[in-house]
Amino acid sequence: MCACRATASAFTPGPPPMVSIAQVRRPAARIRPKLNRDDWLMRAFMVAIALYLIVALALPLYAMLSKSFEIYSFRLDTIEFQVDEGQGWGPPINALERGEELGIVRRDDLVTTADGRMQATEFFPDFSFLAPTRYRIRNTEPNTGGYMVRGQQFTDTEWREFSSNDFRRVTLRPSQTKGIGNYLVYFSTPALFSSIEHSLTISIISTIITVSLAFVFAYALTRSCMPFKGLFKTAALVPILVPSLLPGIALVYLFGSQSIVVKVLEALFGADSVAWVWQALDNGTYGPTEIYGPIGIVIASVFFTFPHALLIIITALSIADARLYEAAIALRAPKWRIFWTVTLPGARYGLISAAFVVFNLVITDFGAPKVIGGQYNVLAVDIYKQVIGQQNFQMGAVVSVVLLIPALVAFTVDRLVQKRQVALLSARAVPYQPRPMRRFDLLMMGYTGIVSLFILGILAVCQFAALIKFWPYDLSFSLNNYNFDVMDGGGWDSYGNSIRMALYTAVIGTSVVFFGAYLVEKGRGFAAGRTAFQFLAMMPMAIPGMVLGLSYIFFFNDPANPLNFIYGTMAILVICTVTHFYTVSHLTAVTALKQMDAEFELVSQSLKQPFTKIFARVTIPVCMPAILDISIYLFVNAMTTVSAVVFLYSPDTTLASVAVLNMDDAGDVAPAAAMGMMIFYTNALMRGLHALGTRGLMARTQAWRTR
Amino acid sequence: MPSGNGRESPDTGTRPPVFLRIENLVKKFGAFTALNNIDLEVFEGEFVCFLGPSGCGKTTLLRAIAGLDIQTSGRIEQAGRDISVLPPTQRDFGIVFQSYALFPNLTVHKNIAYGLENRKMRRAEINQRVEELLDLVGLADQGDKYPAQLSGGQQQRVALARAIATSPGLLLLDEPLSALDAKVRGHLRHEIKALQRRLGVTTIMVTHDQEEALTMADRIVVMNHGVIEQIGSPIEVYRAPATVFVADFIGTMNFVPGRVAGPEQVRIGDIVLSCDFEGLSPETPVTVAIRPEDIIVEEARLYEGNVFQVRISALEFLGSFFRADLANDHLGEARLRADISINQVRSLGLSEGQDIHVRLPRDRIRIYAGAATHG
Ligand SMILES: Nc1ncnc2c1ncn2[C@@H]1O[C@H](COP(=O)(O)OP(=O)(O)OP(=O)(O)O)[C@@H](O)[C@H]1O
Ligand SMILES: [Mg+2]
Repeated sequence: MCACRATASAFTPGPPPMVSIAQVRRPAARIRPKLNRDDWLMRAFMVAIALYLIVALALPLYAMLSKSFEIYSFRLDTIEFQVDEGQGWGPPINALERGEELGIVRRDDLVTTADGRMQATEFFPDFSFLAPTRYRIRNTEPNTGGYMVRGQQFTDTEWREFSSNDFRRVTLRPSQTKGIGNYLVYFSTPALFSSIEHSLTISIISTIITVSLAFVFAYALTRSCMPFKGLFKTAALVPILVPSLLPGIALVYLFGSQSIVVKVLEALFGADSVAWVWQALDNGTYGPTEIYGPIGIVIASVFFTFPHALLIIITALSIADARLYEAAIALRAPKWRIFWTVTLPGARYGLISAAFVVFNLVITDFGAPKVIGGQYNVLAVDIYKQVIGQQNFQMGAVVSVVLLIPALVAFTVDRLVQKRQVALLSARAVPYQPRPMRRFDLLMMGYTGIVSLFILGILAVCQFAALIKFWPYDLSFSLNNYNFDVMDGGGWDSYGNSIRMALYTAVIGTSVVFFGAYLVEKGRGFAAGRTAFQFLAMMPMAIPGMVLGLSYIFFFNDPANPLNFIYGTMAILVICTVTHFYTVSHLTAVTALKQMDAEFELVSQSLKQPFTKIFARVTIPVCMPAILDISIYLFVNAMTTVSAVVFLYSPDTTLASVAVLNMDDAGDVAPAAAMGMMIFYTNALMRGLHALGTRGLMARTQAWRTR
Repeated sequence: MPSGNGRESPDTGTRPPVFLRIENLVKKFGAFTALNNIDLEVFEGEFVCFLGPSGCGKTTLLRAIAGLDIQTSGRIEQAGRDISVLPPTQRDFGIVFQSYALFPNLTVHKNIAYGLENRKMRRAEINQRVEELLDLVGLADQGDKYPAQLSGGQQQRVALARAIATSPGLLLLDEPLSALDAKVRGHLRHEIKALQRRLGVTTIMVTHDQEEALTMADRIVVMNHGVIEQIGSPIEVYRAPATVFVADFIGTMNFVPGRVAGPEQVRIGDIVLSCDFEGLSPETPVTVAIRPEDIIVEEARLYEGNVFQVRISALEFLGSFFRADLANDHLGEARLRADISINQVRSLGLSEGQDIHVRLPRDRIRIYAGAATHG
């Protein structure tokens, strides 16, 4: 008692008295916490998943980047010849000097491709393989391109001697160097760089149209009292279930050379008047009949990006605060002012985010421009053409790098915007309840009806095309188009492969993604590792599918890579697809995990239970809805994806989505539509099962789920 | 630091052994020091409360003891064993969080059984122990319910049962009652304290509610800005707050600036008061502190023994007593608040504007060096 008496020492103003005491004490050693088995296990797992992302993403991208700087050129300055015409060996002849003398090469024009070849005899205009002349050749620098004789390459600096009969088989090889040469070629070839403008034009126009359409649609769903909202929303989300090739195919049928629209109009108004109107509308390049080109790409892009924009904008609109509206109405603000001052600002982050997501989807999309782009080149298709058509891998890599830039920008802006949106969401708002207004509701229903009809119409056209014998000449019903086995693209096997691939992707992907997210969210310590992992997990979203697929060729098809054995297998398709769709899955998992009490793990530790127990007994059951969401997301996308896997399938692992592409390419458009619809039905069925499963789960666990 | 914090065990009169010893503990978050040089001993079977304003580091200290957020430096010893670097799984404690952290998908029974599994206990044994615990916390027939189906108070009890299921040597409670409404809280305070007595488990509870700490704790550790301001029994902390912070944080206190007038004397305005202090030279500025309930209204007009005249400038009825604001020309700027019983107000016929005599008992006056910053 007495020590606490009010003595003078009890209180000193200013800083706490502890500061001086601390200086007297011996300097305290920093504690190094001891880790237990769980900590080690979690770190090991996290490192394993991080390694997966590095191998499946970072290293391939690096391989692609370095490929784009690979230049092949003839190092003629390092080649020397000697000739013996019977009087002994003459002086060494430098190939470059000789070539320039002869005018067959120019010093600044020695660039070629990896497959470039030059005959040694070109440097000897009077060469005859019958002459008794003997030739010698050597490299003056080791490990440059060297020369080849009968399939054997020499890069050492020894002189080698050849009879004239053998000398004609000597070819010079280009040497590989690093440099920006490929980029210089790219930016000086209008046929290549014009694609940048094309891609940007298409993406911007599609973005504006999609976001406007989706905004009104979302507005109708959230702010009107029209009936059948659920039905309209389902219809609007349908494009998610089909490959982006499909709308292109439907447009070909609707507006192509054998246009359904024209046939219908002709039946109604007569062929002459239709032809006259068409002529009048044609501006020479892109007339109304010219669906192949930018118009077609934009329509197809709007179709397949619509649901993505819609979902984002619905979220943005449904967090609106009713109190703001009440305040605005109390101030007697007219409706249009409320719209401009309350509705739009409230949804602005959603709109910006939707715009960037759509932009990113369109600019990286390969399906729509491939099917309906015609001669109108865009970046994603250029990659395909360079690699598959011309086997110019370096140029493919250059286009990939060019495509990465707008995709990265769009991705970054979207992330920044989303961060703000989250802050908005957490504010306590009173949800807005729309009131019935007859005319407005009817108007909105009309609009959503038309959009829904258009979307379903696209599918109906495809299904119609798939089921008739031969448009437009034989309209009888037939299942011939389903006879995939007699066509290019892998037949029914590819459908089976796709389902297997989608199932593997869903199961393996969900496990890896969810567990990875768990380790990031709930791990103890190891902050630097967790931040690095978080960054890796966000990366895939910024990487276009074409770029990812091409990177995989460079990385996994390298014979020096110990992982080379997975090239051409189902495994590489699954790995590629999981990686391609990693980010969205990861974010879904993280959101679900964040909603769980951070202290569950701590309680479990205090009760001395391993983390695997809390993970299995609590985390997984509580997060089951999110886990199901991730698996259906992965399944659907694995079924529809084309861009990444188009470079990676082998004859044994053809896929349905790629079959659509290949059959369309080969002119089998109706079978392509049929296969596309098979993908749709499969995805629709799985979505249905998912909905049923989720509902059942919710019913069974309702006792403890109070949310 | 305060050392007069011995706790006599009520029955034997001897001090129980130290169960938990914390030495020179520091916790930093980057450049921010959340705990600075914490020294603390907790005796076996004791109920200790960490009390302090929000953000003072109570939770941080508790989590360091649990090993959930290991300290930057310093030593923690539990039952003679150095546990400073051990992960939580290798320490011996049970913990209840403010959120309870009950596993939502497990029944009450399974929640409590969670820590009993994997311990080479047979199923039947586990079930029996869970029943026992359910009984102990008064939820005997609620074992099959899910946490969401229980009231807040019931959930709290389940969390408690789960924490003590494995009979840990140390029970840690982080604001266990703050999510409950006042009535349930009062009731549970009692129950937790009774349970702790019965089990004899050493318990540390974090709270920012002084009433909770005063009613439940054997000893209170008052914290502020990451340091311990005072350790003592509730009575000590209330009666003899070691610092102005403690005096201000716990209960109500009058703070009046004054100066040392001589040995054992201070002056407020013109008034000289005698009180107990040592080692301050004359004219040193001090803060004079006294609790409103310690100010006595004198009926006779004596001018000795710290009695002086004041005017009642305001009289506020607070239910069980009146609070009077007292002022006086001699006091200078200073104002005093005094709690006066209803009886006395009535018997003396006190009203606003009236002059009365008050006495500040010598042993209730506290002197702190330095000018008052509170008031
Ligand atoms: N992980 C962390 N990183 C950085 N600062 C932290 C962290 N945890 C706590 N702090 C800071 O340490 C200080 C003490 O926090 P602590 O949670 O211990 O306070 P508290 O006394 O329990 O407060 P409350 O009564 O609000 O729970 C606070 O200023 C807090 O901001
Ligand atoms: Mg706290």
